[in-house]
Amino acid sequence: MENKYVEMDLNEEINSDKTENRFLEFWKLFRRKKPALYSLYFILLLLVLVVAGQYITPFDHSEPNYSNILSSPSWPHVFGTDEYGRDVLSRVIAGTKIALTVSISAVLIGAIAGTILGLVSGFFGKWIDKAIMRFCDILFAFPDLILAIGIVAILGPGLQNVIIAIAFFSVPSFARIVRSSTLEVKELLFVESAKSMGASKRRIVFKHIFPETIPVIIVYFTMNVGTAILSAASLSFLGLGAELSSPDWGAMLSMGRDYIGTSFHIVFFPGLMIFLTVLAFNILGDGLRDVLDPKTRD
Amino acid sequence: MTQSTLIEVKGLTKKFPLGKKWFKPNGYVRAVDGLDFTIKKGETFGLVGESGCGKSTTGRLINGLIEANEGEILFDGQNLVGLPDSQWNSYRKRMQMIFQDPFASLSPRMKIKDIVIEPLDVHYPKMPKSEKLEKAEKLLEICGISKFHWNKYPHEFSGGQRQRISIARSLILNPELIIADEAVSALDVSIQSQVLNLLVDLQVEFDLTYLFISHDLSVVEHISNRIGVMYLGDLVEVASKEQLFKNPKHPYTQSLLSSIPQPGKQDREKIILKGEIPSASNPPKGCKFHTRCPFAMDICRKEIPENIHVDDDHVVACHLYS
Repeated sequence: MENKYVEMDLNEEINSDKTENRFLEFWKLFRRKKPALYSLYFILLLLVLVVAGQYITPFDHSEPNYSNILSSPSWPHVFGTDEYGRDVLSRVIAGTKIALTVSISAVLIGAIAGTILGLVSGFFGKWIDKAIMRFCDILFAFPDLILAIGIVAILGPGLQNVIIAIAFFSVPSFARIVRSSTLEVKELLFVESAKSMGASKRRIVFKHIFPETIPVIIVYFTMNVGTAILSAASLSFLGLGAELSSPDWGAMLSMGRDYIGTSFHIVFFPGLMIFLTVLAFNILGDGLRDVLDPKTRD
Repeated sequence: MTQSTLIEVKGLTKKFPLGKKWFKPNGYVRAVDGLDFTIKKGETFGLVGESGCGKSTTGRLINGLIEANEGEILFDGQNLVGLPDSQWNSYRKRMQMIFQDPFASLSPRMKIKDIVIEPLDVHYPKMPKSEKLEKAEKLLEICGISKFHWNKYPHEFSGGQRQRISIARSLILNPELIIADEAVSALDVSIQSQVLNLLVDLQVEFDLTYLFISHDLSVVEHISNRIGVMYLGDLVEVASKEQLFKNPKHPYTQSLLSSIPQPGKQDREKIILKGEIPSASNPPKGCKFHTRCPFAMDICRKEIPENIHVDDDHVVACHLYS
């Protein structure tokens, strides 16, 4: 029911507001998607924490306080303290920065590489398409996390290598999705008209085809950031990512699990943050897809 | 008036392979099959025929969007068939295409001004942007799109406006030949005449030559000097507009012309063709039209008719006149 209503509106919107620019058009539709809208607000809040977090944390996230270890949530330690007496709230806020920078940069690298591969594959076809797609099939054959563990095992632990690992397994999905919309777009008349005026292949790919694939990329990007946060946390939890003493959410879970029976709050708050952040990115991605790319719904 | 030839097409053939079986195609669709015609400088050559007869393929072959299998396209004396892409481009500058569907032929995420100057970006990357925009402004003005709309996107315009934008774009390189592939077919009749009149005005102003491809005889009659009638990938009759409409020779042309409704002449005899257009992958032997021709003779089933000059500038490929 709800979908029908939105689709009807979409047509009306486009017909009635011909002079409206694209962003306003998008915003008008997106604004009605309440869950996605609130997810966006939540993510914006997280981004504020990333930028300003170090100025608003009540305590230094790495400062131990041995006189106040494993205390339950209470004032002034709202989320309690961990086994070294460090403030969990401050650590969760500091962890936001790690989680978002790692996941966003990893997916960004994966998206750029995947988009280029997808455009090349879809546009040129023939053997180059086959080669790229078989390469993607190989990567798809590994479960994401196993592949990431493998890459980190080769490169050694550390956040930088986690970024590389996650970027690596995001490549094939971007390549595939960009390829499929490239195949669709390259048959359109405006691409032919660009060819007829003598435009170079590079120009056709980047000026005419690529802009048409952006909505799909945005949707996929958002959803993949959610997955990437989860993967980064998993790797850190396994001791393959961030240093265990750092305020990474996954590392906090890993360190806190020994105290889970007595001091549940040490794992509860980072776990909650992972859950909410991943959920927010997924819901935002869903909402964006409904608005930007109505064809691929369901 | 003696006019020099701009385009001469000789024996142009395009075969599209049909489904692959191992490495050999199952057969070919002969979309364009040994086409011969010339277009003189400054004239409008209309190409008519029913859908699937290869009109559009011909336009795309001349522009080099697809590569011909056989034959020659002489553009100002230079054969374009088999020319590498880099050299094609210097000829593409001199010929531009206008497409049928103005809703699809403009990049939806580019502003109008960027769309119109794109050919300049492609061919003259070093020209300063202000100069490009100046040219664009002039052309858009001529085509009836005011500067006020420059920063809009194609979806904000109507079909007729968009077609005028694509006409402005096709003119910005100052080309000699415009290939208009069903350029007005997607428009309302009232808008059609506006755009056609614009094309006629532009022809005078910019000294253009048109290859005007259409299935609509009245449109072609309005704009063309000479007309070629295509049937199954080949021209059956080429004549000046007056000759063709007053004195059609080929039975196919006659039936096409009799299908144009004319007010006040309801009892006019109509030649209604029987049967479907035969498949281009397996065309009939002899004259391709014999399966539907009311005057088919024995020879039509065996021999391909030669081009016969029945008059000055009136060529017909039919055994009736040999």
